[in-house]
Amino acid sequence: MRPAIPYVVAALLFGLGVYGVLRRRNAVLVLMSVELMLNAVNLLLVTADAAPLHAATGRPAPTVDGAAALPLTGQAFTLFVIVIAAAEVGVGLAIVLQLYRLRGTVTVDDVRLDTHTPDTGPRAIVEAPAPGTAVTAAERAAGRTAGPATEGPGR
Amino acid sequence: MTAADVLMLALGAVAVGAGVLVASTRHLVRAGLYLVVCLGAVAGLYLVLTAELVAWVQLLIYVGAVVVLLLFAVMLTRAPIGAADDLDRPGWPAALVGGGSGLGLAALLVDAYRWSTVDLPEPGTAERLGTELFRAWVLPFEVLSVLLLSALVGAIAISVRIPERRR
Repeated sequence: MRPAIPYVVAALLFGLGVYGVLRRRNAVLVLMSVELMLNAVNLLLVTADAAPLHAATGRPAPTVDGAAALPLTGQAFTLFVIVIAAAEVGVGLAIVLQLYRLRGTVTVDDVRLDTHTPDTGPRAIVEAPAPGTAVTAAERAAGRTAGPATEGPGR
Repeated sequence: MTAADVLMLALGAVAVGAGVLVASTRHLVRAGLYLVVCLGAVAGLYLVLTAELVAWVQLLIYVGAVVVLLLFAVMLTRAPIGAADDLDRPGWPAALVGGGSGLGLAALLVDAYRWSTVDLPEPGTAERLGTELFRAWVLPFEVLSVLLLSALVGAIAISVRIPERRR
């Protein structure tokens, strides 16, 4: 097995991910490019686990305080990175969806960080449960639920 | 060139080609589908590198969950169907940085490894990897479970519908 092949593939995938993150304007495409970069790192970890540098160059294996390296460390870390990537994409897409809901666009160039839209921010989210439930209960009591009721089954 | 080398070359070509299309296609939905091809090819590389469990986890979580999430985000943000011209900004700085980092890393790794050969290790089956995980990496494993839970709660908290502005 020639370890140069998967290493070069990993490096090229990482470069493509960097290119995509810098080039793309759509936030979902930026997240896809981030996934490419994470996959390149995963491939690097798995390859380094199968073909460490000392095995490829014939040097003695490095030790820490006289103990050899743990086996399968690269694969264990790959599993960790996959879990972190899943968490990252979940939170990232929640942010993207909220951005689309508030501004009507997911183009990252159009997001003005120096303007304040009045109905955004943590205030509305924090205040959401109490007035929201109260209002819907009052609406149901008044029988004015035509909008949400017709909207409900469609989702 | 052994059979493993030929397989890795083929899968690597598929992965890099699909990655190029992910980073350059003008169809938003097709970028997600090319991402499936790329991640699948990387899973195949894991299999050739004897990382069995990681390959199946990659298929389950990346191809099964992450790409589906991304495609749902494409749907929910009312992405344009068909080719869109406004997905990219001018490309040469991105090409410079991306190409520089990719080719630089490739040159670095090729310089370290040359064309040397290595025997493939024992397969990283679920049993061996699980033993190692729960012997040496228990604390990171548990911390990661807390991280997943907090990411879940955070995602729900972010996407709570704001009542003042019903759409």
